[in-house]
Amino acid sequence: MSFSTELLIKVLVVLATAPVMALGLTLLEVKGSAWMQRRPGPLHVGLRGFIFPLATAAKYLQKETIIPNDVDEPVFKWAPAWVIAAVVGLFTIIPLSPTLIVRDLELGVFFLLAISSISTIGVLTAGWSSANKFSLMGGLRAAGQLIAYELPLILSVVGVVIQAETMSTVGIVEKQIEFGFPFVIAGQGIAFIIFMIAATAEMMRTPFDMPIGESELTMGFFTEYSGIRFLIFYISEYINLFVMCAIASTLFLGGYHVPLLPTEWVNFYGPLVLIGKTFLLAFILIAIRWSFPRFREDQLQTLAWKVLIPLSLLNIMATAIMKVVF
Amino acid sequence: MAQTMDPNNMPILSEASVSVEIETEDMTLNIGPQHPSTHGVLRLVAKINGEKISSVEPVLGYMHRGYEKLAEVRTYPQVTTLVNRIDWVSGFANEIPFIAGAEKLMEIEVPERAQYIRLILTEMARISSHFVFNGAFPLEIGALTPIFLAMEDRERVLDLLESVTGGRFHPNFNRIGGVKPAAGAGPTTKKDIQDLPAGFYHDTKVAMQKVLEAVDRFEDLIGGNEVFQIRTKNVGVLPKEVAEEYGVSGPILRASGVEFDLRKQSNYLPYDKFDFEIPIGENGDCFDRWSVRTSEMRESAKIILQAIDDMPSGPIQAKVPKVIKVPKGQTYVRAENPKGEMGYYIISEGGLGPYRLKIRTASFSNISILPIMLEGALLPDLIAIMGSLDFVLGDVDR
Repeated sequence: MSFSTELLIKVLVVLATAPVMALGLTLLEVKGSAWMQRRPGPLHVGLRGFIFPLATAAKYLQKETIIPNDVDEPVFKWAPAWVIAAVVGLFTIIPLSPTLIVRDLELGVFFLLAISSISTIGVLTAGWSSANKFSLMGGLRAAGQLIAYELPLILSVVGVVIQAETMSTVGIVEKQIEFGFPFVIAGQGIAFIIFMIAATAEMMRTPFDMPIGESELTMGFFTEYSGIRFLIFYISEYINLFVMCAIASTLFLGGYHVPLLPTEWVNFYGPLVLIGKTFLLAFILIAIRWSFPRFREDQLQTLAWKVLIPLSLLNIMATAIMKVVF
Repeated sequence: MAQTMDPNNMPILSEASVSVEIETEDMTLNIGPQHPSTHGVLRLVAKINGEKISSVEPVLGYMHRGYEKLAEVRTYPQVTTLVNRIDWVSGFANEIPFIAGAEKLMEIEVPERAQYIRLILTEMARISSHFVFNGAFPLEIGALTPIFLAMEDRERVLDLLESVTGGRFHPNFNRIGGVKPAAGAGPTTKKDIQDLPAGFYHDTKVAMQKVLEAVDRFEDLIGGNEVFQIRTKNVGVLPKEVAEEYGVSGPILRASGVEFDLRKQSNYLPYDKFDFEIPIGENGDCFDRWSVRTSEMRESAKIILQAIDDMPSGPIQAKVPKVIKVPKGQTYVRAENPKGEMGYYIISEGGLGPYRLKIRTASFSNISILPIMLEGALLPDLIAIMGSLDFVLGDVDR
């Protein structure tokens, strides 16, 4: 198979998987929140609520795209593309099994951190070009938040990299299999919690949804978006949720591996195991979203700079010392 | 770009100065009249510097419906329909001070049973209003779950109100000299008047137990939530003196540490027969305002349970003339509504309707402290402070 055909197939598979996963997580969120809030609707309406996300997507597809007069049109139109490109790009390094991976990059983790910061551009330009004060404030809040939480995200992963001695995601999973324990138990527990908190902030989910903050900024940086562009923001939020949880389960929870299953069959059960772990993590984030209010901007920055970053630096130090000693 | 430069006018680099402090203008942000958390059509013109608010000016009047003027061309029994719609979250409570005022002018002694029914339903209105607050306030801070739980719990209380009055929000239940025979209470021929629907006592007891459970749950889910605490504690502190100066009333005043509750101080309903406490806050911050209201729900449930237990029997309507005419005179009756003090100044010229009616609503006075409380606050705190004041636009603009 030539390189171009292989690339084409891989791209198509990713483009097909990403929205499906987003739909799955939307369903999980809709049903999970309805269950937590005792709302009967999403548990009963429309095939027991299973066509809910599809109906939502179909609704946005047929909505008119409204572009206000004063917006910076090209920037406004392209902003959703940055965001979705960044999150779909992250699929490259998620290993469903040692071989089922778009590309096992040697600098996988580095790639993850580099690509995930691209979405900041999309969010900032969306807020800036909307010609709306609420959007502008949302965009600026988002930029400040994404930059602040990028650091603990990176620093918490550094501990894993030191312990695994590799940056390749497959390599990290293989190292965990070799260890016999996932990294969350074998020394990186704090890093896992920091990673999840920072990832929640990166995804701008409650309690870190200050940039969207619908009770104060209406809808933050995507206030002015409608129709398919709104749908793109919406879907990329859930793709991002999937990707971040998938990466967390790869780095900390042993990825596609479960003990006791024969390793030669990993190509069959690997994807299911990874998706299962991902959805489990996502459910925790969903439960958090529906039970907490949101932080204030200054409290959010304090948490990042005064708690998470020092903690993750300590974690790196501890990991490095353990690595040298043992 | 070829540009000829005058050598005498050339700027000298060493003399060029760089202004270190960048001067930025305050941005004017119009919050409302269409905004998710202004409870309707309140408009706040905020001058903000980044996230910091330098000044706020509330602009009212988007919902003015002219009720004071309308009341002048209505008869006394018709006015209750209007005043229901002032604070629609607790419609029943709005009727009480007006009716009490008219009765005071007419010197009518209202039967005790009617007084008790009024009292029970007023407290139910208070509970339902505070349920809405317990849902809406966390919603504004960003917690999306409590509102659904609160609405579900409120429904039990509203069902009871509906079973007695026939209306959930606008009961129009009080008559001068008593209350209306309850909806669904059998034939309303004079012989056989029955005031409360069958099973009301039992249903109320069950519902009040549920309310007490719900209050416990809210104290756990909302008050026990760390993020809620750091968002509300020491935010929007309203000192006692300022609160008194600005005519703030109700739970907001009590949260600032002033023990003032018209249920104890006034006698518009027989509250003196019941044993209940008035929750008082210490710091006057958003958390205190939340906790005062939530504790008040518990006290209200207690009052209702006591009233159910020693409900007197007897008529529910005093003898009144067929055509109600209020003798010449004027009076002011005030009552402790869920949102604060509500009062009606009635001037009667002896006609079928009031000559002039001045309505004092709680929310109008309560939001007058917004410019003071919000100066120097952060934008997210604006939402928290506004939510903690628990105003209803119908109550502001009437």
